Amino acid sequence: MPKMNLSHLEVSLLFALVLSVVLGITSKKTSQEQINYGLKSFGYFVGALVGLSWLMYLGHR
Amino acid sequence: MAETTNPKESNTGLPLVTVPLAPLLAAAWLIPGGGHFLLNRKTRAVLLFGCVTVSFLAGLMMRGYLFSPQTGDLFTTLIYVGGFIGNLASGVPYLATKGLGYVQPDVAGHVHDYGTKLLVAAGLMNILAIVDAYEIRQGKKL
Repeated sequence: MPKMNLSHLEVSLLFALVLSVVLGITSKKTSQEQINYGLKSFGYFVGALVGLSWLMYLGHR
Repeated sequence: MAETTNPKESNTGLPLVTVPLAPLLAAAWLIPGGGHFLLNRKTRAVLLFGCVTVSFLAGLMMRGYLFSPQTGDLFTTLIYVGGFIGNLASGVPYLATKGLGYVQPDVAGHVHDYGTKLLVAAGLMNILAIVDAYEIRQGKKL
């Protein structure tokens, strides 16, 4: 099994991507709703990731 | 697998697809997306399979820890039993990994830690997929 070393950002983006797809599929009924929810969910994940990262960075200056 | 479409509609107006419950849940647990595949939702089955498998493989490649159930104080029990359930929920990927002798001690290190989280996350996503397959079977979803 090859080894992989991902950074915190890369793991977070991977996690956000796969979870958004699963949440989209499992949370909504029609295909269009699922796509919209998946995209929105991914956007929220990334937004929260960047926002909280800046918050922690500024809080530790 | 005998699959029949019930001409009756559920109270949501969606057609009921009747696959026996036990094989459906077993397939949904063992093979991520397997329940959706049996219910003829092949695109969703492929996407769910891909997401759970990618998460699980990434966790393995980052040498994540696979939990064994341990009891002790409340937090130890929660973490180890909860983690074990999360791992076990992945189905065949977990069983095959254990069967092929994957052993990774619970060591400190951020990459290992990310891997451990991805392995548990794969199982939790598969639980969502199992519940979704059940809801489709019951006619609550398309």
